[in-house]
Amino acid sequence: MPGIVISSVEYAAASAEIFLLTAICAILLIDVFLGDSKRWITYALSLAALAGSAFVTVKYAVDTRVLAFHGTFIADPMGDVLKLSSYAAVAIAFLYSREYLQRRGLFKGEYFILGLVALLGVMVMISAGNLITVYLGIELMSLSLYAMVAIDRDSGIAAESAMKYFVLGAIASGTLLYGFSVIYGLTGTLQLDELAVAVREVGPDKLGLVFGLVFVIAGVGFKFGAVPFHMWIPDVYHGAPTPVTMFIGAAPKIGSFIVAIRVLAEGLDSMVASWQEMLTVLAILSMGLGSLVAIAQTNIKRMLAYSTISHVGFILLGILAGTNEGYRAAMFYTLTYVLVSTGSFGVILLLSRQGFEADELSDYKGLNRKSPWFAAIMMMLMFSTAGVPPFVGFWAKLAVLGAVVDVGLSWLAVVAVLFSVIGAFFYLRVIKLMYFDEPDNSVQIEAGGTMRTVLSANGLAALALGIFPGVLMELCARVLP
Amino acid sequence: MQLDWPILSVLIWLPIAAGVVLLAIGDRAIAAGRWLALLTTVATFAISTLLYSNFDTGTAQMQFLEQRAWIPAFNSFYALGVDGIAMPLIVLTTFISPLVIIAGWSVIEKKPAMYFAAFLILEGLMIGVFAALDALLFYVLWEAMLIPMFIIIGIWGGQRRVYATLKFFLYTFLGSVLMLVSLVYMYLQTCEAGVCSYSIADFQQLPLGMNAQLFIFSSFLMAFAVKVPMWPVHTWLPDAHVEAPTGGSVILAAIMLKMGGYGFLRFSLPITPDASAHLDWLVISLSLIAVVYIGFVALVQTDMKKLIAYSSIAHMGFVTLGAFLVFTLMDVNGDLRGAAMGIDGAMVQMISHGLISGAMFFCVGVLYDRMHTREISAYGGVVNRMPIFAAFAVLFAMANSGLPATSGFVGEFLVILASFRANFWYAFLAAMTLILGAAYTLWMVKRVIFGSVANHHVEELTDVNGREFLVLGILAVAVLLMGIWPAPLLDVMRPTVENLVQQITTSKL
Repeated sequence: MPGIVISSVEYAAASAEIFLLTAICAILLIDVFLGDSKRWITYALSLAALAGSAFVTVKYAVDTRVLAFHGTFIADPMGDVLKLSSYAAVAIAFLYSREYLQRRGLFKGEYFILGLVALLGVMVMISAGNLITVYLGIELMSLSLYAMVAIDRDSGIAAESAMKYFVLGAIASGTLLYGFSVIYGLTGTLQLDELAVAVREVGPDKLGLVFGLVFVIAGVGFKFGAVPFHMWIPDVYHGAPTPVTMFIGAAPKIGSFIVAIRVLAEGLDSMVASWQEMLTVLAILSMGLGSLVAIAQTNIKRMLAYSTISHVGFILLGILAGTNEGYRAAMFYTLTYVLVSTGSFGVILLLSRQGFEADELSDYKGLNRKSPWFAAIMMMLMFSTAGVPPFVGFWAKLAVLGAVVDVGLSWLAVVAVLFSVIGAFFYLRVIKLMYFDEPDNSVQIEAGGTMRTVLSANGLAALALGIFPGVLMELCARVLP
Repeated sequence: MQLDWPILSVLIWLPIAAGVVLLAIGDRAIAAGRWLALLTTVATFAISTLLYSNFDTGTAQMQFLEQRAWIPAFNSFYALGVDGIAMPLIVLTTFISPLVIIAGWSVIEKKPAMYFAAFLILEGLMIGVFAALDALLFYVLWEAMLIPMFIIIGIWGGQRRVYATLKFFLYTFLGSVLMLVSLVYMYLQTCEAGVCSYSIADFQQLPLGMNAQLFIFSSFLMAFAVKVPMWPVHTWLPDAHVEAPTGGSVILAAIMLKMGGYGFLRFSLPITPDASAHLDWLVISLSLIAVVYIGFVALVQTDMKKLIAYSSIAHMGFVTLGAFLVFTLMDVNGDLRGAAMGIDGAMVQMISHGLISGAMFFCVGVLYDRMHTREISAYGGVVNRMPIFAAFAVLFAMANSGLPATSGFVGEFLVILASFRANFWYAFLAAMTLILGAAYTLWMVKRVIFGSVANHHVEELTDVNGREFLVLGILAVAVLLMGIWPAPLLDVMRPTVENLVQQITTSKL
């Protein structure tokens, strides 16, 4: 085995991961010696670590696909873009979370360190070239998330949802691993590029492979939150502290997307006929259940949880097309979804105060009276989520529809748009509460300047990218040729 | 003569920019804000007259073209231009908008800056819908337009405004998303043919099989029939009209409904001519049902706004009827000019209905601002207290029932004449509107305006003020002018309509 020798090129490919891991260890050590009054240092260092990772990623950005560590690790332009997006998502999540955590005495180093470890997990998933690497990344991310959900240890509902998340997540990981093992048994390799060749040799229709694929799809579907593997989403979104909910809705979604791309589109690409059918069922169920059940919710976090489920359905539409246009569309959808979802949870955090979560729909009544600016920001985010132009969510839907129609599944596009009309109803209801109803109370927004600035930028980005979507589309097209 | 500056972009973005400024100013300086809104809309109208005066009536080509790269990934352009169909509708939009601002001048108390800003942004988006040459741009503006209207009905509407505005939004949204799938499908067809394009002109050239055409036609029918609205998808309109503030009703009736008619002429007929020819009986039947059945429904209304809303549906039935008569007319007459008569009528009817229904809603608004009720039974003998108002109301009522020398006559006459050539029974049913329209409109006028003073509320009414007189006066002049001398409008449209008929009657198969 020549494997002991690892060249500097290979270290360069994984430089961002190495940097972040080192930074996490350093922050963890420093945090131990900080008192609660100096906790802001951990916060600042975490943001600095993200900026540093971004710098390293840009500096060692690759033009083509580079395999490292015997092919278990992939560095490619798509990975670089997704990593940079993940840093941004995590950084925004940290910025939004600070005041909320401070007010509730949760401003601990653990939140930031677990967040960074989860991010590292996402990065490993992004760069995974081997089924074992995929699994490692997923577990690194998931275990950190379980702990983050339970970070408010005095909250019964948070502990309950963390428990549910953990148990169901463990089952899903087991399922995924079982699927991997079946595929390994039949093809004799875990390496994704070798797998693609081996599956063709074995024959993509072989029953054993399809059997393994079913388990892989179930595992990926769970991580995504696709129906019927969605049960954890509403409870976890509702039960977790809002900053954690926001965190789960952002970078981990990028991770789920990339796992689907790496495993299905790269490793098992010749089995497209099989997973296209399975994903079609998941996509229709997700869009349908997500949009219908969201109508019945009175808690905005739960409503956004069901809305997430229906968006996952749309992302799956792009993936199931099985073409590069489809993957591009799914990537565009994922990135815009992360942007808009982070913003929506940001508004919840903006309105929350000591002892008041602002997570009931009725808390949004008359927001236009209290703060026309943030009501407008929330309106833009809601219209964007509903897929109404000229906001960015529309282009995401359009790209996905185009990919689906292109492979001759026009009926699926019609089903999707009909569900999006049903979905529009509950976003409109939020706007109705903000604009058409009178406020119940006269409580003012307490949030500070940073929060207001970043949130405004977040909302305006949904509009700006909606009017000029070309930039982001070009980017997706460049990294997924 | 073409201009060397981008007039269409100015028309679109000037009101939108002013709307954003107005939002930024807020309610603190609302006095200045009102004048800003008025001056912007008047300036927009003044600029739009340049469209008319510089318009080349000798060609069916798009004019005042603008094109900029927009989304390279879809090969989609920010492409604008107008022809003889779009130009009159744009001028109608810019003509109605200042009147809406004047009508809302002092009666809006809640968040006035936002009210005027919503109308300004809406104006820009509506002009954009008529001027867009790129299907994607058209769709974006078409949907974006819903947002300000949703807000207008929801904030400044009546008792059941939330129900009405949600119904309005979801109905229109449902219609449009299916159109989106068709647009995407056609885009992918152009890709297969060589060059990917969202250009509407390319869609019109695109060869399509009969099955594809039928699907595309149905999706367009959903989108535009909801907008027009045609029976049986009209039910959102009475709700939206009744609950909307006066300005909102006026814009809805005068301009937004026209977008359905415009869509049929710009998309359905030229893009899917064979499917249209195959299914023209369907649209014609629905139009005739609208004319006759909705006419009877209007007769029994007790709410003035609802009555005018139903009358709008009946009158818009003439637009769709006229547009889809083209195939029968072509068989009967065999020449372009004869076949174009129905479309001519549809266009005149759209412009005329824009003026008349707008004016009727203004009249109801004048009464509502004083009495805060729209029930016909609450009124009676208004003429005794408001003679000037009564004169206007009677004039517009006459125009609504299609009296000669008003614009209402020209459009209805052209369409009825066209249907006579096509089929006696079409004409027989369409002509019933002359009786029904007169019956419901004039009966309402009789109950509201004439007779003796009904109660002490009516006794206390004061006649129109200067502001209201200005709005109603301008509309009255426009209605009469169009009725006596419609030639300028017909001249502007002629080459475009003939070209359109040529295109429609050429099979794509």
